[in-house]
Amino acid sequence: MKHLKLFLSKVVKIEGLTIIGVFIALMILFIMTAPHVFTGYRIYMSFLQTVPPLLILALGLTLVITAGEMDLSFSAIIAFSGFIFCYIFRTFGTPWLAFILALSSGALVGLVNGWMVAIIGIPSIMATLAAQFFWNGLTILLSGGLSWNIKEIKPYFIHTLFVGRIGGLVPAQSLWAVAMAVFLWFILNRHTFGEHILFIGDNKEVAKVMGVNVISTKIKLFVFMGIISAFAGVLLTLEMINFWTTQGSGLLLPTIAAVFIGGTSIAGGYGTIIGSFFGAYIVGSLEAGVVASGIGGYWTRLVTGLVMAASVSLNIILNREQVEGIKEKIKETILIKKGGE
Amino acid sequence: MLKKEQFKNAVKMNNIEKYFGKVAALKGVNFEVGVNEVVGLIGDNGAGKSTLIKIITGVFPPTNGEIYIRDKKVSLKSYNVKQAYKLGVEAVFQDKSLGEKQDLWRNFFIGRQITNRWGFIKVREEKEIAQKIMFDMIGFRGAGITAESKVNKLSGGERQGIAIGRAMYFDADLIILDEPTSALSLQEVQKVLNFVRKIKESGRACIYISHILPDVYEISDKFIILDRGKIVATMKKSEVTLKKLSEFMLKYARAK
Repeated sequence: MKHLKLFLSKVVKIEGLTIIGVFIALMILFIMTAPHVFTGYRIYMSFLQTVPPLLILALGLTLVITAGEMDLSFSAIIAFSGFIFCYIFRTFGTPWLAFILALSSGALVGLVNGWMVAIIGIPSIMATLAAQFFWNGLTILLSGGLSWNIKEIKPYFIHTLFVGRIGGLVPAQSLWAVAMAVFLWFILNRHTFGEHILFIGDNKEVAKVMGVNVISTKIKLFVFMGIISAFAGVLLTLEMINFWTTQGSGLLLPTIAAVFIGGTSIAGGYGTIIGSFFGAYIVGSLEAGVVASGIGGYWTRLVTGLVMAASVSLNIILNREQVEGIKEKIKETILIKKGGE
Repeated sequence: MLKKEQFKNAVKMNNIEKYFGKVAALKGVNFEVGVNEVVGLIGDNGAGKSTLIKIITGVFPPTNGEIYIRDKKVSLKSYNVKQAYKLGVEAVFQDKSLGEKQDLWRNFFIGRQITNRWGFIKVREEKEIAQKIMFDMIGFRGAGITAESKVNKLSGGERQGIAIGRAMYFDADLIILDEPTSALSLQEVQKVLNFVRKIKESGRACIYISHILPDVYEISDKFIILDRGKIVATMKKSEVTLKKLSEFMLKYARAK
């Protein structure tokens, strides 16, 4: 009993362990139900190709949710920054200028979001929902509702750097996503900016009293999220060598799901980058897994819902604060059983 | 950590008045808190305790009057919360001092982190100092609690201790405790009172605000009794017993 307690309390302290467990269990399940697909390397390479944009968005959103805020505009930033990227590239033929301006466009959207949330005081879920419609609308207007092909970009270095195949096999964007995860882990857990995010999400009043500039931190956070989203947008556009006006809309809910599956708290004050990393891979691999298992593509959403509910429950149950409560319950049950005998 | 007494009073207030519109919250308030002194500030709800504290900590200026900190007159125009921190005045508010879900070491340094030039926190250094503050400075004795524990693992008394330790570490000469023992169990109250004794032992001054007379009586050297914006009595502990103090307070309660 004592050993079990000690073991439990140590295990739940490792960041993201629950979700890594869920991820491994899911992979084992897929290997068992669809061995022809999941024992080869191709399916994993395809995940490394398709998941990174979702993953990078989830990492950024983790910081936003940790601060107790929400961002629904990133899907519009994907489209807007993708459009800016294509437009600049096709007009001037300079991919790096296109890249910088695409990131700047994300920063601009973030700045407007931050201004609405931190200075005007609109709840972020409303402000960023409005932003989503606005920037999506603007993108449709500017692009004339058309999709733009940029296959001329393929020979450029930027294409190789961001979405090339390393050794002709591993998609470069997967490494960019890993680098981003490491970088953001350090920002959230080891940088003053991240610590301010944690305290603002935990209790704004405490943060203020202790000398944290809540307003400027929030504005910086939304700008940061804007730039991250734009980067994801550029990766997606480069991978597809194509821009289309709704290119981000399919990513909105899966990204939010990935963050919550990972174990970041909607209440703010706690966020896990490692959790979001695996959360994104879980969300990103479900569709292929479900289809390959032969139960049919119609089941994908249902299974996603189940996995999300299960992961979130598991996270809550194994949560540090609640381990005590569980121990008490175990004790009680044992006592009741003994008493019953 | 013992400090030299370079000044006589940690804070001194002369003829402080504060009006909110036409309503007088404080009228002709005079008092001082000496180095090494714990002053109990007592008064009913609405007596003006929190207004007074907010003036001392720079949240807002008084309408009239003079404030001396470390025997030096402060300019009321430029006095604010940051200036108060610089002059070594720190307040510990009951619910607003710690981030519940965060590690203790983060709570010690939030807003004043030890970082490298890129803004990354020197975690090991912060943890070591936090550990030192907890065990050497305030004599923390929470079972199984370390600098890496979360705040929500602590009891109410321990939380007060952490906030007091933080104030002491950041060189406060005057630590203001606002209702530190309300909603605590008896045992927890004793813990807080021990932390307050540590403040005094280290040569610092303390203003202790509370409704709970036995606690105030036990810890304070001097009592200042506020009623409807005025100081109605200042007593030394040697001049009064707890019973007399209680009777005195009751009289004011009835007079309303």
